[in-house]
Amino acid sequence: MDEILDGLTQIDCDILVIGGGTAGPMAALKAKRKNPKANVVLLDKANVKRSGAISMGMDGLNNSVIPGYATPEQYTKEITIANDGICDQAAVYRYAQECYGIIEELDEFGIRFQKDENGEYDVKKVHHIGTYVLPMPNGDTVKKALYRQLRKARINIINRYMSTRLLTGEGRVAGAICVNTRTAEFLVVRAKAVIMGLGAAGRLGLPTSGYLMGTYENPTNSGEGYSMAYHAGAGLANLECYQINPLIKDYNGPACAYVAGPMGGYTANAKGERFIECDYWSGQMMQEFYDELQGGKGPVYLKLNHLAEETVSEIERVLHIVERPTRGHFHAGRGTDYRKQMIEMHISEIGFCSGHSASGVFVDEHARTTIPGLYAAGDMANVPHNYMLGAFTNGAFAGLDAADFIADVDFAAFDEGEVEAERNRVLAPTKRDDGIPPNQIEYKTRRLVNDYLQPPKVTAKMELAQKRFEEVRDDMEQGMYVQDSHELMRALEASSILDCADMAAAASLYRTESRWGLYHNRVEYERDNENWFCHTILTKGEDGKPAHRKQDVKPYVVEIADEEKDAYDKQRVDPSVAAE
Amino acid sequence: MPLAQTSTTVPVIVNDDLCIADKGCTVCVDVCPLDVLRIVETDEGNKTAFMKYDECWYCMPCEADCPTGAVTVNLPYLLK
Repeated sequence: MDEILDGLTQIDCDILVIGGGTAGPMAALKAKRKNPKANVVLLDKANVKRSGAISMGMDGLNNSVIPGYATPEQYTKEITIANDGICDQAAVYRYAQECYGIIEELDEFGIRFQKDENGEYDVKKVHHIGTYVLPMPNGDTVKKALYRQLRKARINIINRYMSTRLLTGEGRVAGAICVNTRTAEFLVVRAKAVIMGLGAAGRLGLPTSGYLMGTYENPTNSGEGYSMAYHAGAGLANLECYQINPLIKDYNGPACAYVAGPMGGYTANAKGERFIECDYWSGQMMQEFYDELQGGKGPVYLKLNHLAEETVSEIERVLHIVERPTRGHFHAGRGTDYRKQMIEMHISEIGFCSGHSASGVFVDEHARTTIPGLYAAGDMANVPHNYMLGAFTNGAFAGLDAADFIADVDFAAFDEGEVEAERNRVLAPTKRDDGIPPNQIEYKTRRLVNDYLQPPKVTAKMELAQKRFEEVRDDMEQGMYVQDSHELMRALEASSILDCADMAAAASLYRTESRWGLYHNRVEYERDNENWFCHTILTKGEDGKPAHRKQDVKPYVVEIADEEKDAYDKQRVDPSVAAE
Repeated sequence: MPLAQTSTTVPVIVNDDLCIADKGCTVCVDVCPLDVLRIVETDEGNKTAFMKYDECWYCMPCEADCPTGAVTVNLPYLLK
């Protein structure tokens, strides 16, 4: 294993789904059920059994719209306001209408959701306005339940192949070029439709621990989806709306106020005082978090030590089993007992992820990108704040639409020269006798991201970043060296990370206003609704560098009254009533 | 430009006595999202899993899915 072999195979399928985490499996299942004759291939860089953001499970649905607790109109309004108004509501509204059906389906898969003594869903309030958080008592079984369904539906699964470039032709998608991560052999997949579910760009900033893989996101999610969409010519929306999250310091997993909040836990400053009214993750909330840290009242903590023993035990039971189960080891190692100490929190590295913000490949309410036949869903598509249930639901939309799309088309012809060019690009680091290993290229890129791109955003710093990134790119293209196929995978990831870093700088420079709280806090510019109440769309320009355009926000489906529009700006607790 | 050999402690530890890689088991290698585990032959001639690449998300499928409880995931030193 890990030897570099020479090889190239070509296969055909009707629908290629890239990424077997959350959105991908649901897309594959829906497409196959709608068209049982279709040949659906699900491809993953890791192993579908344990791949993606929910590798070890998830503790709950953060955005369920359940009849009796919330309405699609209310949810659409909430997410529009939380995302500072920049939202094509059709995709959010469709999600809100149909996610309940997906919950019922997941329930049939054997994934249980918390119910009260009357058998009703036990939904909790975490957001500013509505009630959408539904705990999953056996959330550690999600991937296993999904995998059983994939086997039952006879989805063709290909593990340990990393896709590196999309193929296009005749004005639509034609397939993808993939590399085996353990042999470096190539696989060209011709497909009539391609669904991308490659997750966040989670390895963009460097965590403060300095450990390359100690990221908030599963570090396999290194931005290939963004990079491939970019090189294929798709539009990417609002990339300047970074993901930045409040996490457990050093451990870098969520402190999980979503679990602890409804049980009485809250985010506090060093004095143990509450300073934000609402623990739901938004740019405005992160700005308050940042201000508290910088303002001398930090560190910031998750406070649970005022709660009753049985409550703390229950919080521990959930948080130490599901999503990031090494959390218990981490606290034990530092002697942190939730009953006695508060849990120190910090600000995460930056990334792209629509799961919690809005940066992603542009899609409509059918999960269609700007390239016909190419779909995107989950953390890498731009439906704002869509979390795990959004990945499932939008993945379903992609699968259903792709099943129709392939009925009318044959394989698009593509330029064979593209395959040869991609082989040369990918294998270049294997052809050298020595050089710079990919971990150093990656470390330097990500350290520069921290130095120059982290908000508050400063024009001169971001321009410097662009210069440094160019130098790193030269080093990468001319001097990167790998010794085996595993390192080659890391080299390809380093390339995606650098693409994402370039896009982050370019998108942030383009939008000359401040929006989304800390996510796009440009210190030289105020909010400017007159010029910037719009999406920004980034594409690959003629010169091979990012090009930009503005795109109107589509007229709202659900009207928002003027006095409601700034509901998420009022996050700070009024000190006169804060004492408790 | 020769490459240095820099030592690093690894977070994933495998108990050779419990590991059944000799019987053909590769579960931990298969499930690792970052693909950092491999099988190696020990000095005694047995096979065992080990962490070849220090690129760990401390996520735990290797520990959770190991059929014999041979795998322990510790936190990487830099962040523990």
